Amino acid sequence: MTDIDQNTLGAIDAEGDTVWTEQTSWLDRVPRAIQMLFVFVVFIALWDMVTRFGFVSRIILPTPWETGNDLIFVGRNLVTGGYMLAALWITLQEVFYGFLLALAIGFSLGVIVGETAFGERAIMPYLVAIDTMPKVAFAPLFVAWLGFDIDSKVALAAFIATFPIIVGTAAGLHAADTNSRNLFKTMGASRWQTLTKMKLPMALPQIFTGLKIASVGVMAGAITGEFLGGGKGFGELIRTAASQLNTPRVFSLILYLSVVGLGLFALVSWLQGRVVFWQKNRLSSSSE
Amino acid sequence: MQAVAAATGQAATAGDPVYELRNVGKTYARNAITALEGVNLTLTKGSFSAVIGSSGCGKSTLLKIMSGLIPPSTGRVVLQNRPVTGPRRDIGMMFQQATLFPWRTTLENIVLPIEIRDGKAAARAAQTQARALLELVGLKGFEHTYPGELSGGMAQRASICRMLITEPAVLLLDEPFSALDELTRDFMNMELQRICTTRNATAFLVTHSIPEAVILSDVVYVMKPRPGRIAEVVTIDLPRPRTLDMMTTPKFGALVEHIRSRLDKEAFI
Ligand SMILES: Nc1ncnc2c1ncn2[C@@H]1O[C@H](COP(=O)(O)OP(=O)(O)OP(=O)(O)O)[C@@H](O)[C@H]1O
Ligand SMILES: [Mg+2]
Repeated sequence: MTDIDQNTLGAIDAEGDTVWTEQTSWLDRVPRAIQMLFVFVVFIALWDMVTRFGFVSRIILPTPWETGNDLIFVGRNLVTGGYMLAALWITLQEVFYGFLLALAIGFSLGVIVGETAFGERAIMPYLVAIDTMPKVAFAPLFVAWLGFDIDSKVALAAFIATFPIIVGTAAGLHAADTNSRNLFKTMGASRWQTLTKMKLPMALPQIFTGLKIASVGVMAGAITGEFLGGGKGFGELIRTAASQLNTPRVFSLILYLSVVGLGLFALVSWLQGRVVFWQKNRLSSSSE
Repeated sequence: MQAVAAATGQAATAGDPVYELRNVGKTYARNAITALEGVNLTLTKGSFSAVIGSSGCGKSTLLKIMSGLIPPSTGRVVLQNRPVTGPRRDIGMMFQQATLFPWRTTLENIVLPIEIRDGKAAARAAQTQARALLELVGLKGFEHTYPGELSGGMAQRASICRMLITEPAVLLLDEPFSALDELTRDFMNMELQRICTTRNATAFLVTHSIPEAVILSDVVYVMKPRPGRIAEVVTIDLPRPRTLDMMTTPKFGALVEHIRSRLDKEAFI
């Protein structure tokens, strides 16, 4: 009886297409931008409530609207080339030179540590030891050595950003698989050829991971350097505003700073997409 | 085409020795494991040989010694009258994975051995030859495709091209198609046979599959483990060119059964 039922059912199925749609939750179908906007609105509303009903003092936490107004004020100062732009320019320089320095030192050390047995055995332990130290604690030293100008901030920024690049490069160089190594050996490749034509390209994804971590660290380094070593950068503006209990200003300065940080991160990510194009292909095809 | 193949097939049985191993042994210093002991074999020009044996019996070790990747502990390894003391230009090697580099197009991957040996200019000059090879393996039109967009079988065919571009005297193949499904694998094996016969190449194949060894080879070496040694040499006198249909013939079945019994016996010792 049931057999017959299934047979007739099968016959009906065979006649037409059986197109059906997968059930997805309505939440999954909401565009991402709207979801993000929702979180943003909830956050602002909560913030507004906390300040409006006086849970915390205005001096400690300004209202969203005060902060918004100050954001506009700072933005105007930046756009019209005011003193804040000059400060931002100094911080940007520190970040830029710090990043370049970290890239040069981190990449070179990473190759030495990742490629040579001597580097791995004799140099790596020291690097690991230094890496575990709280690097910010070196700031007074850098100031003592290099003065209150941007040099000491560049040094601290680079110091913090170097280690992720070393680790990324060294780990990437170790990532080459036995098959590729053997293949290059059988082709009679020199050490230099093996490094440039196989190991380094293979290490690129991990090098970029290191660069991304470094791009976050380099900002932190520059600002910390300014907090501890003075100067005329954005960090100094934040410090001054905070000492004057101008909390909305502190908030808006931090927000602009985070835009810079995001921009640097985005730049590195974009570069990664261009340079490591084969990885991007794989990612996009797997998400399709 | 068939006449040519038959002619080279005949030449294979009466060919000159290309590769000779005399009393080759290997003891890994690290763990004092004797992976190979007293291996003797001779590959003649244009012949196809396969080595089969259980896992860990030293097949890959043997191939690494033959390719000059690692030195033997004892014995003598001679290719084309010159001792093998390191990687050599006249050796082509193929691994279980295709190992194409994703930042190079298929064509750039294939000319890589030339680029490493003779530089970028030579590699550019070799592109015409690489295109011809791609056509030979049925990959015409994929010159500028990146390996990420090739299927497993296509990638392995590209890596065959890379092996052939330097025109090596001997091809060493370490389970080249074991990562592929059975249908693709049969197809690739027939491709491999065709390529070897058209180029009169000497090939040495490591495999886990008895039918694969029998359908491709003139000689099958059966290895036994601990220490790794060649226990039996089975001559496969099936006519050439081989076809997949031959796999259903009684003679083929008998040969497979014979080799399987040799391998089974060792499993119980
Ligand atoms: N680099 C090495 N160092 C030490 N011992 C090794 C090394 N490579 C292989 N061996 C040992 O040598 C023996 C043979 O290994 P080999 O890789 O040649 O086997 P195989 O026949 O290729 O096995 P499979 O079929 O699983 O690939 C094994 O016992 C293994 O433990
Ligand atoms: Mg093996």
